[in-house]
Amino acid sequence: MIKVENLYKNFGKLEVLKEINLNISKGEVVSIIGPSGSGKSTLLRCLNLLETPSKGKIFIKDEEITKPNIDIMKIRQNVGMVFQHFNLFPHMTVIDNMTFAPVRVKKMKYEDAYEKSMKLLEQVGLKEKENVFPGKLSGGQKQRVAIARALAMEPEIMLFDEPTSALDPEMIKEVLMVIQDLAQTGITMALVTHEMGFARNVCDRICFLDGGYIIEDTIPEKFFNNPKSDRAKEFLDKVL
Amino acid sequence: MILDFKTVAKYIPLIINGIWVTLLFTFFSMIAGFVLGTLLTLIKVSGKKIPVVLANVYTSIFRGTPLLVQLFLIYYATPQVTGYSITALQAAVLTFGLNAAAYISEIMRGGIMSVDKGQREAAMSLGVPYKLMMSKIVFPQALRMILPSLVNEAIGLLKSSSLVAMIGVTDVMRGAQMIQNITYRAFEPYLLAAATYYVLVMILTLFANRLERRVRRSD
Repeated sequence: MIKVENLYKNFGKLEVLKEINLNISKGEVVSIIGPSGSGKSTLLRCLNLLETPSKGKIFIKDEEITKPNIDIMKIRQNVGMVFQHFNLFPHMTVIDNMTFAPVRVKKMKYEDAYEKSMKLLEQVGLKEKENVFPGKLSGGQKQRVAIARALAMEPEIMLFDEPTSALDPEMIKEVLMVIQDLAQTGITMALVTHEMGFARNVCDRICFLDGGYIIEDTIPEKFFNNPKSDRAKEFLDKVL
Repeated sequence: MILDFKTVAKYIPLIINGIWVTLLFTFFSMIAGFVLGTLLTLIKVSGKKIPVVLANVYTSIFRGTPLLVQLFLIYYATPQVTGYSITALQAAVLTFGLNAAAYISEIMRGGIMSVDKGQREAAMSLGVPYKLMMSKIVFPQALRMILPSLVNEAIGLLKSSSLVAMIGVTDVMRGAQMIQNITYRAFEPYLLAAATYYVLVMILTLFANRLERRVRRSD
């Protein structure tokens, strides 16, 4: 579903990613973890070209998105993204946030987009917030709406960029529950997170990133119980 | 008696008639400035090298030279060059529109820059194309932020509109001048003109406050 080959990314003199190779199959839930500044978010943002890779290739469903003249807008419709700071459109109500792209971009009929959105809102437990502006929602509610908004496009892949890092502790759980439910639907997911418990229990695979390289790429059990590299051990000592 | 409004009183309609001209003139200049300013802004944020430079040169010229000089250039100098003469009012709207566009484009550019980067990223991640993103996501939010500055611009425009009396447009200022010419009294007509402008600005401010409250309702 997602294939990354020899990805390299620098910002000026700062080399963020060096030689990243990664394969994510259909339905897999992969967690990207690592110390701050290790390039986790950059890697995730490369997957829908919010960051342009400096070198290397990325394939989404066998289509190379890093070649010139690719219709990235079309690809992005199939790759949902959830951000740390939610990024809901503040001048639109919850339902307008959700129906905007399906109607205006995917050319869905409004009635269909509305119905779909209401179903998603119900799934994330916010059906009654349909006509509320984002400013009136709590952080956890905002993030749940943001997840629902991304899902309204019916993507096959979902990217989560530290979805709970900006939340108050008591709201983290409600968002993680939503993501966990989603993980069980068979959608392909890549997420950058600091929630180790969540990564351990929900994800199929852990990619440990440090210094611009994927140092470990293994199942959660192995990674958490028996990390191979010293750097992963060091990291786990700090966070667990 | 220093003030003698009696002598002046019967000529007051000259000022009152000018109000209409002043308002209409400010309105059309503001519209022209807004439309042109929006276009300039779109060029400025497009990131295309040569158009951006041209837009910046335009802005720099119109902000760097006095409005009155621009007005005279367009009203007196244009016919000399093109052989085509325009009315004083046309020249005035043209000048003020072009001038306001320069200022408004800078205000808008600032507004657009201040919209959180995450908004664009969210739109992009949903596959929203650039034009749609600008018109429905970025611009509405920028507009809300720059509304107070736009009102200030409109107020500034209303006040500098008195300059058009210099080329004979019969606005409030010109009305006051005419009264002075007829009655040989200066204090009263200009005091009246000042009061008129003040009231107009106050009305505009009141209107703007209401508009701002309405736009901010969703926050």
